[in-house]
Amino acid sequence: MGYRLTLGLMLASALMLVHAQAPGMAQVMQISESPLDKPLSGFHFLTPETRAMQQDDFANPGYLWVAAGAEAFQQNVGAGSCASCHDTKAMVGVATRYPKFDESAQTLINLEGQINQCRTKRQQLPALALENQGILSLSSFITQQSQGMPTSVSIHGPAAPWLERGKDYFFQRRGQLNLACHQCHDESWGKMLRGDQVSQGQPNGFPAYRLEWQSLGSLHRRLQDCESGVRAQTQELGSDAYLALELYLVWRSQGLALESPAVRR
Amino acid sequence: MTDQPTVRLSVPERAKAGEVIEIKVMIQHDMESGYRRGSLGEAIPRDIIKHFRCSMHGETIFAAEFHPGVAANPLLSFHMRAERSGMLTFEWIDQTGVRWSKQAELAVE
Amino acid sequence: MKKTVARRRFLQGALILPMGWVMPSAAAETQARRQQVAAAIAEVFGPNRTVRAGKVQVRVPAISENGYSVPVAVEVDSPMTRDDHVRRIAVVSEANPLAVIAQFELGPQAALAKVNTRIRLADSQRVYAVAEMNDGTLWTGYGHSIVTLAACVI
Repeated sequence: MGYRLTLGLMLASALMLVHAQAPGMAQVMQISESPLDKPLSGFHFLTPETRAMQQDDFANPGYLWVAAGAEAFQQNVGAGSCASCHDTKAMVGVATRYPKFDESAQTLINLEGQINQCRTKRQQLPALALENQGILSLSSFITQQSQGMPTSVSIHGPAAPWLERGKDYFFQRRGQLNLACHQCHDESWGKMLRGDQVSQGQPNGFPAYRLEWQSLGSLHRRLQDCESGVRAQTQELGSDAYLALELYLVWRSQGLALESPAVRR
Repeated sequence: MTDQPTVRLSVPERAKAGEVIEIKVMIQHDMESGYRRGSLGEAIPRDIIKHFRCSMHGETIFAAEFHPGVAANPLLSFHMRAERSGMLTFEWIDQTGVRWSKQAELAVE
Repeated sequence: MKKTVARRRFLQGALILPMGWVMPSAAAETQARRQQVAAAIAEVFGPNRTVRAGKVQVRVPAISENGYSVPVAVEVDSPMTRDDHVRRIAVVSEANPLAVIAQFELGPQAALAKVNTRIRLADSQRVYAVAEMNDGTLWTGYGHSIVTLAACVI
């Protein structure tokens, strides 16, 4: 344990020497600029075997959830199935537009929030618990319909303050290791951290099958793992903080195609 | 568990007599090894699928015994010689004896 | 990283040696691994069986990103005819807490002795496959995988 803390402190101090990023300096950046020259998907940082696992539509375990979601989409529940309002073909492109500002709820929602909004308001059913089989199946099925498509989120109008909030979160140091997302994923991507190569932290593969989880999971769950990694207090799944961060991450990933269900380590 | 976990099969619908075909199966299951600890340090009990069998006309084509060293959401691929048409039956039995199965029709010409 | 580990091990040794504790050498660890495999083969196929190296190919990634899920491809060189075929294959680990990972039974319609699956590896190690032929002979082969640790300890 002492060894790991030493490494963490060494890493933190090394990063501090390289780039002192105090909150406030972030405002100097234009909202249209991302520190990344070119976005690189998490796929780029995988071993050949893990890439092969993602690209094989049968071997990729994420498709277990997609298959369950395809079935759930047709299930007659409550006031009607998802399919009773939405043709499956109409789901193509839907995931590329989330998270988005929802006028009726007057707040930012992501795809899972939209699914639950449909369930409660239109299907007269209780909301699905986050990170359970039910919500992950539907969310992975719908997102998979947009596989290969680039993101197209709106960051203007009512979404703008959410983007700003997400960007602030990304640049804010946190946790015992006192690291901001920016320090690892903008400034140190490509470098080795123990046996792993640090990625850019792109969201385009989610919901993803993570080998560490032995299961498919959401972006918010991955964010919680990142925060635990720097020994910070995690936020709630579906929280405003993570929704804002999700918007920033998706905007930052512009140019990348959605890969869900991706396989990640 | 009463609900059948999601099962995916990759079986050709038709084959020529004598042709070698690849069959792939995957079932959604945690395959909890019994060696993991929870966030409070508590031991998570073992919960695995123990047996798998693929058969046709009651004859075993391929069978497997799983131990905790098999990964979650177990994937299997094996090969069979297509001899005659029939229903392929795939069965999984877990450590408590619960059985799940799925079938696929194979037409051999 | 190596220096820190080596230094820590030396300190451990220096502190503990006076109490008569001896740290296992690399040779002793290899010995233990070989013994684990031999014991597993005896468990699956019965004691005092001769095992020949050959005919069995085990493909695992040279580097596994995560020990929870490692793809394994086992292939046994056999015509798979009625008179010359593979009856059973056992996948055995030399360093997992449980040595026997899986056993496969090939029926008469199994055309190739070629099986793919995904297994768990607790540490960098050899993964063996042992095939039993219809004439009762046992053949074996292995692959080696380095299992890496995740960067962030969560």
